[in-house]
Amino acid sequence: MAVVHRSVLPIRSQEDIVRVRKATRESAVVQGFSLVEQTKIVTAASEIARNTLDYGGGGEVEVTLFSEPPRRGVRLVFSDKGPGIADIEQALKDGFTSGSGLGLGLSGAKRLSNEFSLQSKVGEGTQVTIARWR
Amino acid sequence: MPSAAGQTLRKVLAQSQKELLGDWLQGQLAASTLRSDLMKENELREQSRELLALLQTATQNGSLERIDGTDWTAVREFLARVSRSRAQQGFSSSDTATFVFSLKEPLFARLRADLGNDAQALADELWATGYLLDRLGLYTTEMYVKGREEVISRQQREMMELSTPVVQLWENILALPLIGTLDSERTQVVMESLLQKIVETGASIAIIDITGVPTVDTLVAQHLLKTVAAARLMGADCIISGIRPQIAQTIVHLGVNLSDVTTKASLADAFSIALKRTDANLSRYSGAAT
Repeated sequence: MAVVHRSVLPIRSQEDIVRVRKATRESAVVQGFSLVEQTKIVTAASEIARNTLDYGGGGEVEVTLFSEPPRRGVRLVFSDKGPGIADIEQALKDGFTSGSGLGLGLSGAKRLSNEFSLQSKVGEGTQVTIARWR
Repeated sequence: MPSAAGQTLRKVLAQSQKELLGDWLQGQLAASTLRSDLMKENELREQSRELLALLQTATQNGSLERIDGTDWTAVREFLARVSRSRAQQGFSSSDTATFVFSLKEPLFARLRADLGNDAQALADELWATGYLLDRLGLYTTEMYVKGREEVISRQQREMMELSTPVVQLWENILALPLIGTLDSERTQVVMESLLQKIVETGASIAIIDITGVPTVDTLVAQHLLKTVAAARLMGADCIISGIRPQIAQTIVHLGVNLSDVTTKASLADAFSIALKRTDANLSRYSGAAT
């Protein structure tokens, strides 16, 4: 996998979520995503970024533009040092939330991405990776 | 008891204020950082004179190490005022701080003339004076930034209100064109202004147009659903318009259920439905226009 570009953004406030969305959209445009593909990865990024802020207490995201011919894509790795997720299977279920949301963020982001992985240790933090390519 | 360092500074400020002001102004007027385009010379002269006078009063009794005491209140207020006015005049933050820092050169020269032979005393005096002016300069920058922040937050509030116009399209039909990012705070304003307008106009249909919302994630969807539910409780039906193809696909993938809400691709479609539902009498409005 050839990394074209890599950058790290903080997620500490609501405004940072807007910035993450913007950076994701720009990356998707650079990689030549169609409007539908752009919207999917941006929406997924928005969901995970908000989880990082609301449940992880803030963290950061690493945005990577990669190229592995014939595929070109965007990979986002969100990490926080929050309380972690005890039951990952439950967290990924539609409609489950430990907060006040719709409970569709994680599962929705998974459906919107070509690649999705979630690592979490209680008390240590959570890392979510999503990627989309064309 | 004020420490020994500072004695000469106090003396210079008290006895050679006039000469000091002359040197300082000369320096400021000759400096490449002078912004004669933004500020008249006599205004600069007046500000410099006032700061020196205030400094003299403050240093007579006040400590040179801390500028947060009551002795320094007048100086702080003056610097805050200067920062604000300079920010409005278009000075940068470093231009503004330079006003204070530029006093170092003439002041140091006076101290050197006074203490020339006593290197030990001169070093102490320079340290104390430099430290004091650094504090004052930093304070000026702080005030400058604070002034800017006030402007930004005021604009933010204004933008928030401006960006949520509820317009009446027809008798009984309201429209709410949403543009930009829907965070929680803004959604709250949006919801309130829509509900308020429903009360005022007695409208039975509200069209929420999300053409200008680039991303509809679960939080935005939740906000929309809540707004629709609240409007329904007040007797108004909502139509959500501006669902573009990419938004439709994303909402389906997210698994958000919008099936209880009437949705349309364009505002025109939504308006047409609203007219049918309210049995709008088209001849009345068009008649009035001719």
